[in-house]
Amino acid sequence: MISMTPRKDISLYRTFLTPLVAILLTLVIGAAIFDFLGFNPLESLYHFFVAPISRYDGIGDLFVKACPLIITATGLVFCYRANVWNIGAEGQLVLGAIFAGGVALAFPDWPAITLMPAMILASVIGGICWAMIPALLKVRFNTNEILVSLMLTYVAALFIDWLVRGPWRDPMSFGFPLTKMYTDAALIHRIEVPFIGMLGQLHWGVVGALMLSLVGAFLLSRTILGYKVRVMGDAPRAGRFAGFNPNLITIGVMAIAGGAAGLAGMIEVSASMGQLQPNVSFGYGFTAIIVAFLARLNPVGVIFAGLIVALAELGGDNAQIVLGMPKVVTGVFKGILLFMLLAGETYNRYQIEWRRVGPQSALREQ
Amino acid sequence: MEALILTILLTSVPLIFAATGELVAERSGVLNLGVEGMMLMGAVSAFAATSVLGSPYVGVFAGAVAGAVTAVVFALFALGLATNQVATGLALTIFGSGLSGLVGAPFVGRTVDGLPVFAIPFLADIPVLGNLLFKHDIMAYMSVAFLVIVALFLNRTRAGLVLRAVGNNHDSAHALGYPVLLVRFYAVSFGGMMAGLGGAYLPLVLTPHWSEGMTAGRGWIALALVVFASWIPSRILAGALLFGGITIMQLAGQARGWTIPSQMLSMMPYIATILVLVIIARNRRFALINSPACLGRIYMQNK
Amino acid sequence: MNNKYVIAALGALVLGAVYWMVVGEKSSQVAEKASDKVKVGFVYLTTPGDHGWTYAHELGRQQVEKHFGDKVETSYVENVPEGPDAARVIRELAKKGNNIIFTTSFGYMDPTIKVAKEFPDVKFEHISGYKRAENVATGNIRYYEGRYVQGIVAGMMTKSNKVGYLASFPIPEVIQGINAFGLGLRSVNPDAELSIIWVNSWYDPVKEADAAKVHIAEGADILAQHTDSPAMLQAAEKAGIYGFGQASDMKAFAPKAQLFSSVNNWGPHYVNKIQKLLDGSWSTGDGPDHWAGNDWVGMADDYLVLTSFDNMPADVAEAAKKAAADIKSGKNKIFTGPIKDNSGTLRVPAGKTLNDGELFTTLDYYVEGVKGKIPG
Repeated sequence: MISMTPRKDISLYRTFLTPLVAILLTLVIGAAIFDFLGFNPLESLYHFFVAPISRYDGIGDLFVKACPLIITATGLVFCYRANVWNIGAEGQLVLGAIFAGGVALAFPDWPAITLMPAMILASVIGGICWAMIPALLKVRFNTNEILVSLMLTYVAALFIDWLVRGPWRDPMSFGFPLTKMYTDAALIHRIEVPFIGMLGQLHWGVVGALMLSLVGAFLLSRTILGYKVRVMGDAPRAGRFAGFNPNLITIGVMAIAGGAAGLAGMIEVSASMGQLQPNVSFGYGFTAIIVAFLARLNPVGVIFAGLIVALAELGGDNAQIVLGMPKVVTGVFKGILLFMLLAGETYNRYQIEWRRVGPQSALREQ
Repeated sequence: MEALILTILLTSVPLIFAATGELVAERSGVLNLGVEGMMLMGAVSAFAATSVLGSPYVGVFAGAVAGAVTAVVFALFALGLATNQVATGLALTIFGSGLSGLVGAPFVGRTVDGLPVFAIPFLADIPVLGNLLFKHDIMAYMSVAFLVIVALFLNRTRAGLVLRAVGNNHDSAHALGYPVLLVRFYAVSFGGMMAGLGGAYLPLVLTPHWSEGMTAGRGWIALALVVFASWIPSRILAGALLFGGITIMQLAGQARGWTIPSQMLSMMPYIATILVLVIIARNRRFALINSPACLGRIYMQNK
Repeated sequence: MNNKYVIAALGALVLGAVYWMVVGEKSSQVAEKASDKVKVGFVYLTTPGDHGWTYAHELGRQQVEKHFGDKVETSYVENVPEGPDAARVIRELAKKGNNIIFTTSFGYMDPTIKVAKEFPDVKFEHISGYKRAENVATGNIRYYEGRYVQGIVAGMMTKSNKVGYLASFPIPEVIQGINAFGLGLRSVNPDAELSIIWVNSWYDPVKEADAAKVHIAEGADILAQHTDSPAMLQAAEKAGIYGFGQASDMKAFAPKAQLFSSVNNWGPHYVNKIQKLLDGSWSTGDGPDHWAGNDWVGMADDYLVLTSFDNMPADVAEAAKKAAADIKSGKNKIFTGPIKDNSGTLRVPAGKTLNDGELFTTLDYYVEGVKGKIPG
């Protein structure tokens, strides 16, 4: 049977090696699938993973695609580190977009210098409000935050759907479910890199995302708040003995996650859409959960994990255009990649050994 | 009215299947968010088998097997390798949606003869009730039968007791000598089989063709339903009828010219589910008995 | 702890730099490789497997390949959500050297306009929108023409005088379709009523089936749809009533229930536009007030095709054929007054015919015979 013992120290070497091995394994399995489907495996892999980022602008697009994932996952890391299972980032993201959109639509004549901060603030507040519902219910009534936050995701999706089709619909949209276009001041602009020019669609929100991850890393590893979060997650009893208030920590991490998700929603709309539509998040909130785990709950790792997941998406589109590979293959491929990375994580954390089958064996069947 | 109620009943069947299965898995302490993926695998396999072999009954079987096999993938990772259940479940949904699309591609554009209606002798002749309750396809009866079996199993059998013990406190269950992982493995596989059956109902009865992503979020509703039912099997029936009823009434309301925004109606089941969660959590005794305390927590053997 | 991050960052930097030098430069040249064929790109909202909207476009693409053979090279991207991904995919197609790109859903309108600005040499054609630019044309089909004929057939066939209609979103082309159906219905049957269920989706087979069953439960004996899956017809088949297929021929799904399908025949449209591109005569058409663009075509040019009239008595089929012929010849413009809305107010006076712009901007009501009011 398999026996697993937690490793005391996770070495740096292993931290880098396991994801690489996991990715390699995925590539091998992926190549086999491509071959089975009648595509040249090496060519497919090239178009999946290399071609999308073989141009400067492709790299810009990669970061753009990863941007909402990185921001949202950074917030989620705090929750998961503290053992608070917020899986409703999707809804929190939508609320952020709604709040920011409300500001953008209500004050079309404000200049960017006041409108932009107001929208950022509004989006963070929106995300926090939505996250506070499961947080407060958990603290007050001890409800399960996984389920409450999941339910609220659907409520949020229906709410924005109603807003955009009903009260907020642009009267000039001929019935199409869209709000008015944001004014220029409400848009996040693309970055012009000196000497190179525009890097694809790379926009300032990406810079914000990267900085946020670094700030997150600092908060988590270098501040009292981060220390409390880690203690509450790893050893809640010890935390309570030390006098940490678990309720405050729950509320705190939920606020961080909600605020980050809300911000991601605002950036996504202001940088890439320019108006609210019935669907502003395309599963970013759920994908971000996976990103957070791939990053093994490390804010810096989130950047890399976000980029890897984004690459699989870009690669899927590219393989479709160039090879005519159906979109569903991307899903299969992404699923396998996630499974492999999750398995790698287990290897990373635990000493896995094969032992002789004992009478108490529970894993015999597997 | 009778026809409307009939529609509500049929719409609820896939939800009953999937939610009953997920309930068993959750009662054993495993949160499998991959219901949508398992349902899709069940749907595509059921349709493919029916299309190739010509019998919808083979399709029912294929759907069940496919759902269970998909769940075993989840079990291998979440139980065998102790990966995080939330992440693994999401991965399973992504994987299942993709794979079902791939498997189903050759079957797009075909149609099959769905499951025939099987009227129960004598009972079907009762006025009104006979039509509503005893003139259905075999899977509709199966869904309720499974629900009853699960209820009896959980509350009246020793094995059910063990399953609940494992879900409530895996450490003590292990100390008592129960094989925690094995129990969970069976529970998850059963959940997968039921999700597969729920998926199979779509192409075999509700709309006899296959199309990518045809479950359109019903797997997630099943997850909500389990919570709404506060992990009590009998309440799944009520919950599924409520969810199905709101879906249908919102459509019927439109046909009759009501003007409530449909989104508001659609929100209600989710808000109701949150309220139920609060009510359960407030009643500590109830929570202690019925909600699996170890839900979603990783169990390591030999730690 | 600190060292770990430093090493990690350095390692990533070195890897990135090496990668940039080795791969980056080389393949950017490969991608620029020009082709002497005309390259045509398509962006699809769902998959061709929807059997409705996207399938019809896919048939059009296949016809393009057949017609031009080696002269063209086509590619498509399916399942592109109407958001930031759309702009990225369209841009990617433009960069891959496509000469003309067809974006086939309303939600691609703003992304198409945005990307078109960046690629002035590439032609774009957006299906079903109203915004145009120097290199962006719009194209659409007069779906409502087929729906008028459906209304006539429904009016003559219904016994309960209740007709059910599944609608997706309250956008102009859908409202036009509902009203045209209503006008056709009332032209032959003053007692018939049309009730609408908004599914709020183009494609959700189970919900469409549910909505169809609700219509049936409410007494409807003829169903029509402006959603994309064959689920409604399958429900009609099972219930033993009749319905109309949408966008592509759905007879295979409901041989006993389908009266006929209004088929969107994109092939000639695409072939025509690509031919014009080859000839150098491609243009975006008339001025900005021309709502549906220069190519809003319908039954007259066989861009909207009605399948054979099945499952109906000969006199009904005869009436349908005549109505279709009148529309084809231009004798019947459909939206010609007097048109009353469903509260009895006269909206279009006798003798006046709504022009294309008015069809887009003034139809904020249901015509007589349609129940309820437009949501939103």
